[in-house]
Amino acid sequence: MINIKNIDKSFDDKMVLNDVSLDIYEGETLAIIGRSGSGKSVLMKHIIGLLQPDSGHVTVDGIDINKISYAELRRVRQSFGVLFQGGALFDSMNTFDNVAFPLRTFTEMTEQEIEKVVYECLEVVELSDVGSKMPAELSGGMQKRVALARAVALKPRYILYDEPTSGLDPETSNTIDLLIKGLADQLKVTSIVVTHDMHSVLSIADRAAFIFEGRMHWTGTIDDLHASTDTVLNDFVKANEYKIGV
Amino acid sequence: MIERTYFDADAEDESANLSLTVVNGREQSFLYHPLLHYTTQMMMVPVGALGRYSKLLFHAFGALPEFSTYRDNLWRQMVHIGIESMPIVMLAAAFSGAVTTVQTSYQLVSPLIPKTIIGAIVVPSMILELGAVVTGFILAGRVGARIAAELGTMRVTEQIDALEAMGLNSIGYLILPRVIAGVVMFPVLYVAACFVGIGGGMLVGHYGGFVPIGEFMDGAREFFQPFDPVFGLIKSLVFGFTITSISCFKGYYTKGGAEGVGRATTQAAVASCVFLLIADLILAATLL
Repeated sequence: MINIKNIDKSFDDKMVLNDVSLDIYEGETLAIIGRSGSGKSVLMKHIIGLLQPDSGHVTVDGIDINKISYAELRRVRQSFGVLFQGGALFDSMNTFDNVAFPLRTFTEMTEQEIEKVVYECLEVVELSDVGSKMPAELSGGMQKRVALARAVALKPRYILYDEPTSGLDPETSNTIDLLIKGLADQLKVTSIVVTHDMHSVLSIADRAAFIFEGRMHWTGTIDDLHASTDTVLNDFVKANEYKIGV
Repeated sequence: MIERTYFDADAEDESANLSLTVVNGREQSFLYHPLLHYTTQMMMVPVGALGRYSKLLFHAFGALPEFSTYRDNLWRQMVHIGIESMPIVMLAAAFSGAVTTVQTSYQLVSPLIPKTIIGAIVVPSMILELGAVVTGFILAGRVGARIAAELGTMRVTEQIDALEAMGLNSIGYLILPRVIAGVVMFPVLYVAACFVGIGGGMLVGHYGGFVPIGEFMDGAREFFQPFDPVFGLIKSLVFGFTITSISCFKGYYTKGGAEGVGRATTQAAVASCVFLLIADLILAATLL
């Protein structure tokens, strides 16, 4: 379980997160939604300790990650898989080596065992035939799927997705959504999806947390979201629906 | 950004009756002056950079105990920094030696000065200065720019964040092998540059009719100081460290997109050259 308690974060003099609190429960898929620049990705980076809050705490499985040493933080991070917005594949390595990288770095597996796991992971994202290709030879959607295969290679307990469908066509976005949902069901992982794509939210999330101007404005289940009378939240949702309608 | 300056004439508390300036949403003291503020900020830039540079190196060398994880990366960097730079370093060194021979003979050869003086000037010049500095400038441009561009691109495309998010020490993985490879390979390049430079000077001297090989070598032997190559090696170690660490620093802390990577690359090459010259002077003044 992840607990975020009253975190504030400013860059220079601009406050990006203001007294944000959020609980993320074991096994759920939580969507963190909000406009571009509302602080969603900054919040996600706090969850894995890539950013330190100015005040407040982030607790992962009872460990306050802002109070532990760097070595301990790195151990905590190994329970996470992260899909970054652009995929963040290592462009000096081919697809196979990208997925194999965490296995070679953090496990004592033999090359044969690594090969088996890599192809299993690539199979999950339906890309088992691109192992020898470099990231630059893959489309944006394929890069995200390979990055997803790399994120799950160590069988993490938590998977963080930063804008997994941004910049993708609707069909590829649906494929990514199905993969996220499939992984959550198959691996029983806790998924945290940072997005402003309401179409994704409605199809994959159990709960949603809406950030507005750096504050946690609303949290609730998807059913609560449909029934919400909050005007700010509804404006955000409607703007998305309008875009989908267009 | 200065937002406003005001004077509160109605304030009951007299201490509030000061002209107040609000900068970035914060009230500044009555001592505030834009020029003073700007000057202070400008002075803090190098101090802040030095602090971050020291912190980066501290973290990099703090990762030494787990170096086995980064060993594969070290071999790759030694090839990139050392082996791949060898042809251009040798070419530049050969021409430096040749030109030094031609210019020395032009300046100093007269019936009163023996031709051995050419060897006596060219060889120590290569060992003490040209071998290390020519190699240094080439590495600052070739390796420094490459390191900064590589790390800068990794930063702006979140690859460094991806390494950290996996639980890897990105500084240990990316910086330490590059700095160690620089420190190990620079002396190798320096030695090669010296041999090729002296060889180039000797051959041009002989076939250009400036000085026979025998006299060139006699002059070199006559004025040879055993400390000279030791000094050159010390210099090459310092240069290797300076170029790679500065370039890593510039690349690792890149901000912005493609423009940021371009800026970091240029800054890495320029800063490496400048600090190389400063280190050159300090070493010469303290060790010779």
